Amino acid sequence: MALLELENVEARYGPIKALHGVGLSVNEGQMVSILGANGAGKTTTLRAISGIVRRSGKVLFAGKPVPRAAEAIARLGIAHVPEGREVYGELTVWENILVGASCRRDRREARRDCEQVLEHFPRIADRRRQQAGTLSGGEQQMLALARALVSKPRLLLLDEPSLGLAPTVVSAFYEVVTQLNADTGLTVLIVEQNASLALDVTSHAYVLEVGRVALEGPSSELKEHERVRASYLGY
Amino acid sequence: MLAFTWTQFWQQVVSGLSDGSIYATLALALVLIHRATGVVNFAQGNMGMFSTFIAWWLIYQETGPGLTFWLGFALVTLMSFVGGAVIYGVVIRPLQRGGELAIVIGTIALLILFQGLAGWIWNPEPKAFKSPFPNSQLHIGDVVISWLWVGTILVSLGCVAVVFLFFRLTRTGLMMRAAALRANTSRLMGIRVTLMLALGWGLAAALSAVAGMMAAPSLGTLDPFFMLSVLVYAFAAAVLGGIDSPIGAVVGAYILGVGISLLSTYVNYITVDSQLNLPVALAILLVILLFRPSGLFGRAVVRRV
Repeated sequence: MALLELENVEARYGPIKALHGVGLSVNEGQMVSILGANGAGKTTTLRAISGIVRRSGKVLFAGKPVPRAAEAIARLGIAHVPEGREVYGELTVWENILVGASCRRDRREARRDCEQVLEHFPRIADRRRQQAGTLSGGEQQMLALARALVSKPRLLLLDEPSLGLAPTVVSAFYEVVTQLNADTGLTVLIVEQNASLALDVTSHAYVLEVGRVALEGPSSELKEHERVRASYLGY
Repeated sequence: MLAFTWTQFWQQVVSGLSDGSIYATLALALVLIHRATGVVNFAQGNMGMFSTFIAWWLIYQETGPGLTFWLGFALVTLMSFVGGAVIYGVVIRPLQRGGELAIVIGTIALLILFQGLAGWIWNPEPKAFKSPFPNSQLHIGDVVISWLWVGTILVSLGCVAVVFLFFRLTRTGLMMRAAALRANTSRLMGIRVTLMLALGWGLAAALSAVAGMMAAPSLGTLDPFFMLSVLVYAFAAAVLGGIDSPIGAVVGAYILGVGISLLSTYVNYITVDSQLNLPVALAILLVILLFRPSGLFGRAVVRRV
């Protein structure tokens, strides 16, 4: 069953229309990627799902239309790791993680999950009393992921997690995400500029061009697709 | 020039600490708003003034309900908290769409509104505002310290400490800090940012009410203009400490309170009735803005790229 479905979604920043009717669908337990050039509307698609930009059209989560306010959407179980990581630089690593559990009602369990999530991220666990702004880019990306996970999401949205990170750090990050997907069945929707990487880790992919879905299909097929190869994979 | 005695010196220090704690309370309110909304709330002093008028009506006015001081104090602090949150929702939030200039102008409008309202409701004649603390004095060696000073320091510092602990130790406090740092990201975490900012305005209003109710007994009288000078000192203190640093604002306030108290005692071109204190505070403010705009405790921007 589709956990997330978008039908004819449009979004605009002031007078500029960024999405011209995007439709996509993500099944429970699936890992899906959205590819595209700069300005194709990848980030806006994620923002439209989580309610940070105004949108029209249908966004269905577990079969029901999502509410308008971003904070209400987060409470449904959609965790969005924004572009540029956006950790709270002034707060400590531990405080960042606690903030991630803000929407949880079961406070005691949430607290335990915060402790537990650090076990999966030993590098940031050692720095829990440190200001998050002092972490390296890769550590901040891990922290942003940990912060999203403690909200106990059903759907994880990742926006350009590889941006500005060294290749080894990127592959370590994706290893954690794939492991999570395999172990817990967490559904993941990834926006990624690094197309070959994204096609490697996901099973299905959408290609956006100027605010519309230009192509879609199983990642393995898209990899062989001539247009994808020429425009995004570069060979 | 007076002859220097240590007795007088220490008395002036304690008197300065007493003034400083009033500035600290209001300066902390200014910092809270600046962090949450990105502007200086010019109405902060007059919001405290208006709260103090309500306290005066509840406690001292013959036609009022005649509450005891501390009951009135608690009630007014609570009412100011609610009032501050409502002001955010009704006045400030709609203005946020217009940018920072719109909010600043909104706070100036509030400043004038509260001044006008207070004069209109209670008439602008000065009212007597008695001290809630014992009239006797505390003798430590030769140093004579009034209970008013000690009480003012304890009450103000107590309120400041409660606010600090709230932000450090509670979940809501943490969510408020997060909301002020990154509004949109916090919404992605499910934090009700508007509610958190309203709580921040409420806390600031409660703090300015405390500042007003502690400043009025020190002055002995209450009129619609009495918080304007306190606002200038608090603003100077907040800038001295770093406008985004709560701890800096408090430290800055004490430096300013003690500094001005000593200056007005030992520098004889400042007249005895301290007409020049306010210009001195403004001069300090300008000097800091010129030479160290981030203040003593300016936000340490720790970053690694």
